[in-house]
Amino acid sequence: MSHDHSDEHTEPPPDVELRVKALETLLVEKGLVDLAALDVLIDTYENQVGPRNGAQVVAKAWTDSAYRTWLLEDAAAAISSLGFAGRQGEHITVVENTPGVHNLVVCTLCSCYPWPVLGLPPIWYKSAPYRARAVADPRGVLTEFGTELPDDTQIHVWDSTAEMRYLVLPERPADTDDWSAEDLAVLVSRNAMIGTEKARLPKKARQK
Amino acid sequence: MNGPHDLGGQHGLGPIYPESEHEEPVFHANWERRVFALTLAAGAAGKWNLDQSRHARERQHPVAYLRHSYYENWLAGLETLLLENNMVTPNELASGIADSPPDPNHSPPLRADDVASALQRGKSVQMTIERSARFFIGERIRVVNNHPRGHTRAPRYTRGRTGLIRAHHGAHVFPDQNANGARVGEPLYSVEFTSCELWGTSGNPLDTIRVDLFEPYLEHA
Repeated sequence: MSHDHSDEHTEPPPDVELRVKALETLLVEKGLVDLAALDVLIDTYENQVGPRNGAQVVAKAWTDSAYRTWLLEDAAAAISSLGFAGRQGEHITVVENTPGVHNLVVCTLCSCYPWPVLGLPPIWYKSAPYRARAVADPRGVLTEFGTELPDDTQIHVWDSTAEMRYLVLPERPADTDDWSAEDLAVLVSRNAMIGTEKARLPKKARQK
Repeated sequence: MNGPHDLGGQHGLGPIYPESEHEEPVFHANWERRVFALTLAAGAAGKWNLDQSRHARERQHPVAYLRHSYYENWLAGLETLLLENNMVTPNELASGIADSPPDPNHSPPLRADDVASALQRGKSVQMTIERSARFFIGERIRVVNNHPRGHTRAPRYTRGRTGLIRAHHGAHVFPDQNANGARVGEPLYSVEFTSCELWGTSGNPLDTIRVDLFEPYLEHA
């Protein structure tokens, strides 16, 4: 990796790798964990479940107004209808950005995050600086992500302090009226569904 | 507890340095993958619940909690829970070798074949309780100024502050008691605070902060 990840991800002490290996060997030996189950758990969250799920939800809401209404009223059911459900997504609320309101999600106490639609959270979301500042200085946080909002935009910050998980429904970018849900999903970044960014602009996405 | 995990509003922690979304791997080292999976797999034994698991991480010395990377905190929490539940001994943890030959009849609680269905099922925290909610939508409330030494999910930055009940989530498992092993339901509310109520002159008059708070955290304003 080319850049610094701050104190939140300094290289661990060299013994961590060994300590984890020893713990794993011990727990397998004692019959407390199944080695093959570990591999399935890792594969699930490294390769199967991730923010492309959430992007499908958002793109469907942008193209299907009945679905959008359902999503805002009963997010868990609407999301589950697309096949995304389960651990850390048992209770979900979707919050919608509008021209005057921008939503931002944080978990100041730990790292609560809607796994079935976004996968595991990125390092910065779990980091002390983000957790400290998202509630007290959301505009400063957004600036750090390169997101500029008009001064008169209201920011609603959602601190996930209980088991309710939050997903942001970003604004649909302009000039995408004739786009299919499949194409629109490409514009929906993970960060847009956390609220640190807006959905990508069509031109930018096409250049990628 | 007023622990190092309760970070809302803290200063001096530096910039966020987000990695580019396109380049960021889910795990940054192999040991992180293993700690993640070990935590979920060992948790399937049902010896501890989500709040006990959180509390095990929060109970570390504040210097350790803040110095550790995320999965180092998971590792520390897992080791604490395994020791406290007598699933491993300190000697075993230090050596990585079982003190006595394992019971051949002991079988892991989560098998590879069961992972997908267990994850898909999840664990709802919705509860049915007899009483109705004490506060109504639109009501102005104050967060009780309380400093429990155990696990709690009322962030310090909300305590003593007034807010507006904006939604009922129904009754959910109450974390403060769940962390002690008692599964009790309490009404859960979405409470809206103005930025200026929480942060005074450092706040922004346009902004709000919504926090999910359990009924015992709240009083009439």
